[in-house]
This record gives sequence, C-alpha cells and structure tokens, in this order.
Amino acid sequence: MSRDDLPLVLGIETSCDETGAGLVRGCTLLGEDVASSVEQHARFGGVVPEVASRAHLEAMVPTVRRALDKAGAAPSDVDAVAVTAGPGLAGALLVGVSAAKAYAMALDVPLYGVNHLVGHVAVDQLEHGPLPKPAVALLVSGGHTSLLLVEDLATRVRSLGDTVDDAAGEAYDKVARLVGLPYPGGPPIDRAAREGDPEAIRFPRGKWGDGTYDFSFSGLKTAVARWVEDAGRTGEDLPVPDIAAGFQESVVDVLTRKAVDACVDNGVEHLVISGGVAANSRLRALAAERCAAAGVELRVPRPKLCTDNGAMIGALGAEVAAAGLPPSRLDLATDTSLPVELPLAP
Amino acid sequence: MLLLAFDTATPAVTAAVCQAPEGGGPHTVRTAAASSSVDARRHGELLAPAIRDVLAEAGAGPGDIAHIAVGVGPGPYTGLRVGLATALSLADALGVPCHGVPTLDAVAYASGRTGPFIAASDARRKEVFWARYADASTRTGEIAVDRPAEVDTGGLPVIGHGAALYPAALGGGSEETAAFEPLYPSASALGELALRRLLAGEDLDPPRPLYLRRPDAAEPSAPKRVGQWKA
Repeated sequence: MSRDDLPLVLGIETSCDETGAGLVRGCTLLGEDVASSVEQHARFGGVVPEVASRAHLEAMVPTVRRALDKAGAAPSDVDAVAVTAGPGLAGALLVGVSAAKAYAMALDVPLYGVNHLVGHVAVDQLEHGPLPKPAVALLVSGGHTSLLLVEDLATRVRSLGDTVDDAAGEAYDKVARLVGLPYPGGPPIDRAAREGDPEAIRFPRGKWGDGTYDFSFSGLKTAVARWVEDAGRTGEDLPVPDIAAGFQESVVDVLTRKAVDACVDNGVEHLVISGGVAANSRLRALAAERCAAAGVELRVPRPKLCTDNGAMIGALGAEVAAAGLPPSRLDLATDTSLPVELPLAP
Repeated sequence: MLLLAFDTATPAVTAAVCQAPEGGGPHTVRTAAASSSVDARRHGELLAPAIRDVLAEAGAGPGDIAHIAVGVGPGPYTGLRVGLATALSLADALGVPCHGVPTLDAVAYASGRTGPFIAASDARRKEVFWARYADASTRTGEIAVDRPAEVDTGGLPVIGHGAALYPAALGGGSEETAAFEPLYPSASALGELALRRLLAGEDLDPPRPLYLRRPDAAEPSAPKRVGQWKA
C-alpha cells in the first residue's frame, strides 16, 4: 500500500486545557495546531474545568481550520476522524467528541473514539517511525504518571504501574507554588534546578524499591513543604535552586529507575517517554544515561508532541483504522476514566 | 430550503429539519421531521444520532442543509456546549451559516400565546433563567437569572420547566404541570422560528453560548501548614 493510499485522519483532543487538532497519514504528521487556555488557569493554580470547557468551545473550529491549513488540506480531504473519548475532564471531553461526531457525520467518514493515554505513546511514531513491538511507555504529565507495556498500539496495551496519589506534573505545580514559582510548575522548576545542587537537599524517593512499578509523589510534596516551613522559621532566604534541584532529582530518579526496570524485567528493548513532563531536561538526560547503561533504546518525541495535542490522537486513529477495527458509533460516550487497556473506546 | 435545528440547553435533546419551498415566504415554513427525548445526562450520546435520524426521516443528507440553527441557552453548561460544538463543527464542515436562538425563545414560540407571559427554565442552584414576552414570538427584555421568589411576575402567567419546578413562586399556586407547557424547547419550534425570521430578512443571533454566570473558581489561599505532622 503506497503512502497516499493510507487514510487522512483528523485527530481532535480536548481532554484537559489544550484544544488540539492534527492531520495524520500513517506515521506522517501533515499539520497540527493547539490552542491552550493555560494562562486563564494560572491564577487558580490548576486547571478549572469550566474555564477549560468554555475555552474549548471557542477554540475548536478555529483550531481544526488552522491544522487543515497547515496540512494544505480541505475538510473534504479527511478520510476519518479520531477523537479523545477519555480519560479526561467530562465537560472538556464532550466538546471534542461533539465536534468530532459533527465532522464525521458532515463528511460521511468513520469516527474513532480513542484513548488519550495511548495517544501519548502513538505520537512517537510521527517522530521516530513505527513503534517496535513490544515497547514500554512512561507517561508523565500533570494528570497522569503511568508505566505501560505496549504490544500493539491499537489492540494490546497493559498497565504495569501508576501513581497511587499525585501525578508527577501535579507535584511540580504544587512544589512550584510552595517556593513562589509560577504555574505551570514544570518549566520554572527545571530552569531553577539547573542553578542548584541536586545533592544539597536529599528528599525522599516515593515507593523506591518496593517491587512495584507504581509511583507516589504526595509524600515528596509534603517533605518539600515541611522543609520550606522549617526554613521560613529561621528567616533565611529560600535556596530555591537547591530545593528545585533536590525535588526534581527525587522525581526523575524514581521515574527513570522504574521505567528502565520495567524494560529489563520484561525483556523489552525500547522505552518511550511522553506526556508534558517528558519535556523536562533532567528527565531526558537521566533516562538517556540509564537506558544506555541497560541497553535500552530510548525514544522521546519532541516537546511539542509530548504535551497534549491533536496529532497524537490522529496518530492513534491512523493505527486503529489500519488495524481494521470497527468505527465508533454516533452515540459514542465519553469516559472520564477510560482504562488504558482500551485504545479504542467501547 | 432546509434548516437543521437542535437544542441541548435543557434536559431535552431535540432535533428537527424545517423546510420552505424555494421562493416561499415565512408562512410556507413547516417541519419535515422532528425528535425529542428527555435525558439530562446523555446529551453527548443522544444528539448526533437524533440529527442523523431526523435527516433520514426528512429524506435529506447533510449536504442538503442550507442553514443550521442551534439553541444558545441559557442552560446547564455541559449540555449547552454539546449543541453548540456540534452546530459550529457541522456548519464548518458543510460550509453553511450557523445561527443562534435563545432557548427560552423556542419555549415561548412553541406556546403559541398571543398575550404577555413569562418563560422560565431551570438554572440549577435554586435559580431560574427567565424572560418576559409580549406574545409567542416577541421577547420584551433581556434573559435574567434569579431565585424564583425574586422574579417579578407582575401577575403574568409563567410557562416552562422553571415554573413547574417552583409552582409556589412562579405558578400562581397551580400544581397542574399542563398549565406550564411547553416545559422544554422543541427543535421544531426553534427551527421554524429561525427559518421564518431568515425568510423575513431578519437577523438572527450569532451561535454564541449564553452562560449568564462566571465560572465557579476561587483563587487558592496560602499553602496549608504541614509542620504539625512533624514528631
């Protein structure tokens, strides 16, 4: 089958605070656009669902239009529509799913309601080509911290472990607030940490060596809060770079150790790291170091594809369509906690 | 000329295809197919199949639609956005104009009343959305959100689900639901109202949601103290 025989898939993503649309053919990204409402959430210190939903409705059609323009495509060129059916915020998901159904119905093309988490893995194919089977994937974002065993993107994905409390990105946001850095906390902590000494303050490693692939960041966050409070009593200026570096080292140490262990234990030679926190420079560096030592090939998509976007949903839609799975029906429901074992929503 | 209409701003999910013969005036408008169901929790699942079904019943396809009219609320936000996201995306894909109609105007229009009245819908949080009408097709003021007891009915009859929910404050004491009908908008009324106005050369509202309230969100207070946890 030549490349032009593959369907042109419009991917739509609205699970959190990013409105995304992407045009994908096979493993090729033709054009994508993202509108973010992150600035509207900043003063609240986290995503406000109603604010996000309102922003999605305003941004939906313009974002699809910009993605089509970048791809040099017209709506009538679209062969299938894929959309995030879950997991995510209920009201936010509904905007994207409603829009996707409308585009699919108007264009008379198949609709695929797909899994946001698996989309984060599938997007790597747009950067590095077909994903070797099997692969382990580490998804780290503001809403998720998951280790997955991916035998087939469209049909066989298994959860190896998950966070038992906060997501890694959530811990970054909370710690940023504790030390007076802005929301979202990932980029400013990453920057501050580069000026600090990661050994200066030793913070605890949650669920370190507990024999599972699960994570915990709540205790770490409390340890940072306690440290900051104690320092406040002495009246000294907070050593923000050292706190950021110590906190970040604790997070990425556990993430990379468990991810590499999951590869070694399962005899898997390929690790994908994706999600918003995959943009973190220390995570990338330590993962590269440990993967090299363990003989594991590391694949990390470029930062723009790691955060929420429509291209990742288009990429998974293309995979699901290629697998010949039946399209979703027009009464497709959103599922705020769609399990990762279901790349295509039931 | 075909106009596709739908509304999801109340517990009802309603869709209709309205039509007028080429060159026909406002009086030639009629409904070719319509469907309504009441299920406040499944707007996202019910709307698209309802649109597909009314189009099929009218013997039309998406490509036959010349205009789209959608209820713009006010109403519970999550359901409201299902209709608007669907309308905006359909209109974009089909390259046809999309118009907004206040949901209460569709309730009022379906009442067929010739004298003054008030239409009210459920705004949740023990409040109603309401507006005054001179007759079924003439609203005489802005739509407001208030507690039922704060609505100055001026002795006018009140129709709609809002009146049925709060009969003591709005229903003149009546417990007969029939006195408040229609409780919900019908896409048939919404579509006929929109198409008649279009054929009469009148402007319709843009397809923008009427929220009438700001999002609930509080700025965070100072971080909780954790020191007491220390031994």
